[in-house]
Amino acid sequence: MSRSILPLVVFALMVGLLWHGLSLDPKKVPSPLIDKQAPSFSLAMLEDPSRKLSTGDLAGQVWVLNVWASWCVSCRAEHEVITALAGRNLVTVVGLNYKDDPADAAKWLQKFGNPYAVSVIDRDGRVGMDWGVYGVPETFVIGADGLIRYKHIGPVTHESLERKIMPKLEELLG
Amino acid sequence: MIPEIGQFALIVALCIAVIQALVPLAGASFGIQRWVALAVPAALAQLLFVGIAYGCLTWAFLSHDFSVLYVAQHSNTKLPLIYRISGVWGSHEGSLLLWTLVLALWSGAVALFTPGVPRVMRARVLAVLGMVSCGFLLFVIGTSNPFERLLPAAAEGSDLNPLLQDIGLAIHPPLLYFGYVGFSVAFAFSIAALISGQVDSAWARWARPWTNIAWLFLTLGIALGSWWAYYELGWGGWWFWDPVENASFMPWLIGTALMHSLAITEKRGTFKAWTALLSIFAFSLSLLGTFLVRSGVLTSVHAFASDPSRGKYILGFLAVVVGGSLALYAWRAPLLRSAAQTRLLSRDGTLLLNNAFLSVVTGAILLGTLYPIAIDAMGGKISVGPPYFNLMFISLTAPLGVLIGIGMLIRWKQDSLQRLFDQLKVPALLVVALALALSLALPQWLWGAFLGIAMALWISVTAVITIHRRFHNRALLSTLRSTPAGFYGMLLGHLGIAVFIIGITLTSLYTQEKDLRMAPGDSYTVAGYEFTFRGVRKFNIENYVATRGSFSVRSSDGGFQTDLFPEKRIYLVRNNPMTEAAIDAGLTRDLFIALGEPLDEQGAWAVRIYYKPFIRWIWLGAIIMAIGGLFAASDRRYRSLSRRRARVSQDAARQVS
Repeated sequence: MSRSILPLVVFALMVGLLWHGLSLDPKKVPSPLIDKQAPSFSLAMLEDPSRKLSTGDLAGQVWVLNVWASWCVSCRAEHEVITALAGRNLVTVVGLNYKDDPADAAKWLQKFGNPYAVSVIDRDGRVGMDWGVYGVPETFVIGADGLIRYKHIGPVTHESLERKIMPKLEELLG
Repeated sequence: MIPEIGQFALIVALCIAVIQALVPLAGASFGIQRWVALAVPAALAQLLFVGIAYGCLTWAFLSHDFSVLYVAQHSNTKLPLIYRISGVWGSHEGSLLLWTLVLALWSGAVALFTPGVPRVMRARVLAVLGMVSCGFLLFVIGTSNPFERLLPAAAEGSDLNPLLQDIGLAIHPPLLYFGYVGFSVAFAFSIAALISGQVDSAWARWARPWTNIAWLFLTLGIALGSWWAYYELGWGGWWFWDPVENASFMPWLIGTALMHSLAITEKRGTFKAWTALLSIFAFSLSLLGTFLVRSGVLTSVHAFASDPSRGKYILGFLAVVVGGSLALYAWRAPLLRSAAQTRLLSRDGTLLLNNAFLSVVTGAILLGTLYPIAIDAMGGKISVGPPYFNLMFISLTAPLGVLIGIGMLIRWKQDSLQRLFDQLKVPALLVVALALALSLALPQWLWGAFLGIAMALWISVTAVITIHRRFHNRALLSTLRSTPAGFYGMLLGHLGIAVFIIGITLTSLYTQEKDLRMAPGDSYTVAGYEFTFRGVRKFNIENYVATRGSFSVRSSDGGFQTDLFPEKRIYLVRNNPMTEAAIDAGLTRDLFIALGEPLDEQGAWAVRIYYKPFIRWIWLGAIIMAIGGLFAASDRRYRSLSRRRARVSQDAARQVS
């Protein structure tokens, strides 16, 4: 009996380890940009391409950059959460329209509603590259000092909004 | 409407699976024949309903039903037909549905093709399979519903991951699943035997062909995955010790051990407890593989859709299935003492050693795969890389190669050292001499090459002796007919290993690799082949844009000439770049060109050129092994014995009535 129970014991230990492993996130490689100066950009606005928005315009305030595209299905999933965030009027929510056709993007906003104070066009994805974007959607929180304070990869859910992003915003807004 | 039918069919299948899991088992325990008889129709009905659900999802893909979220996320109107069919298993939800379908297929096969197995035993086996099926159906319905609606429907789908738009990867998952899930049959036989307390050689004989078939599918599935990684990822590698590769390799190693251990249990009636344990391990490792891939505890190129809540479910399921089986084992194993002693110097002994080595290798791979999680749990981040795995694997499997040769020639029960030595000294010298000659003929003397070649020759020479022994002094035709298919299966399996060893040895030691900057008109010579770059052109093809490079290749003696066209593709819907290497394949070498990035406005590109000797032998070896598995599974003994037994039991039934 004592010998034949050994596999069970070893297995129980392994399950314990794996259970713990589930609460860890291997993708949470600390972003090299956290607590670093947000990369600057100056891009044409989606709503009116003759006007430009640059990071300088947002200096001194806490703001959120949400990377989205009309071709991205997950962006549709997080759309209502972003709308909820913008609806609280706490911070400026800027959209970075990533590798998208501006006409499609405008149509998308018209169809589902536009939560963004402004969206800027990053057609070739160069600004996204500066920001270390590797999948759409991604969401950044930038402090009044111009430093990136938080980065969320993948669609924002109501849960991650309340648990992660809101506390960060409240902390930054004082 | 169709997706709702699919959803409904899944729920019906779950209800049937619950019946299949409980009623026959209770019937077997209490001796209620009508309950026992329910097992077969339940398994077939479950297959029907899972089949309907699967058909519905396939229909949604074929008809571009983008009101189904899963289809909208993984298909597109421009997607070619074949990838709409394979797109069904392109991501998490559909893969699980395929998994469930494969399980239902295996259960159906057990229900139909086990005529010799007593009805009570078959009922128990099907009940265990029904339990596993319950777990997977609950998982699909509860956390991973492939039929979830997207309202309003998307106008266009967001396309299948371009990595998966490839014929190799289209058939890789089904093969792999047939292997993984196939081990559930051997598992179910063991659990049924442990429940009944009858673990004997009849049980081993029933489980053997099923294990062989599962193993051959897994062999092909892994080989196909490796071949795909080689030509599609553009890195020229064929095995990366990626956690997901390991997840498929571990059940393969344990499955290999299980095949050998079943052979001893059938032949000699020993190692019963160990064999039962191995069959539990083989299936557990398959489940663990699912957990690792689907939960996101490890980062991997394969983690397409990972989600911690699903991870919790699979881990819970794993705990119930494996924990339950091991508890049953702990309770029953003490009953399985075998009377016979095993001596090391016998075929039983070499098979046991083979089992020990395979299990230790598996343990070491498991350790290397889970270690990063353990370290993460303690607050660090590491990844265990190929150097650990290569060193561990080669040093632990080299003795195994020597054992293969001895194992084929040694006698059952007991042999003498003197006899073995007399028999093996000439072949051993011959092998060393031949290996020396062959490795001296290679462009550069390397000890590794000598050892690899010697190992492959050793296996081949002993295989030839084994054949000679069987046919020596006997009539060729009648011996040919009387020799069981299992014998040929064993020979092919081992020769496949020899071919495989040649492949990995020469490829890893003699590959030449060049990273070059090439402008149109430039040429460069690698391993006696002159590569000339002619420039690139753009092409628009169905759902992607290709930048196609054109190269001409000439051997220095002028005897060989060809053109190669590597591509960089941009898949339009997701804007994903992909590398499509161009390969000139050959039995003794592959020439491999991959396009990197454009370097300047004048048309210069970063180009990677590989010369890979004998790489085809790796997959050739795997194919030979799989054919061996087919032979072993088709051994007449399994069928004739079971048929005879069926007749006997029918006669018995007639007498009773």
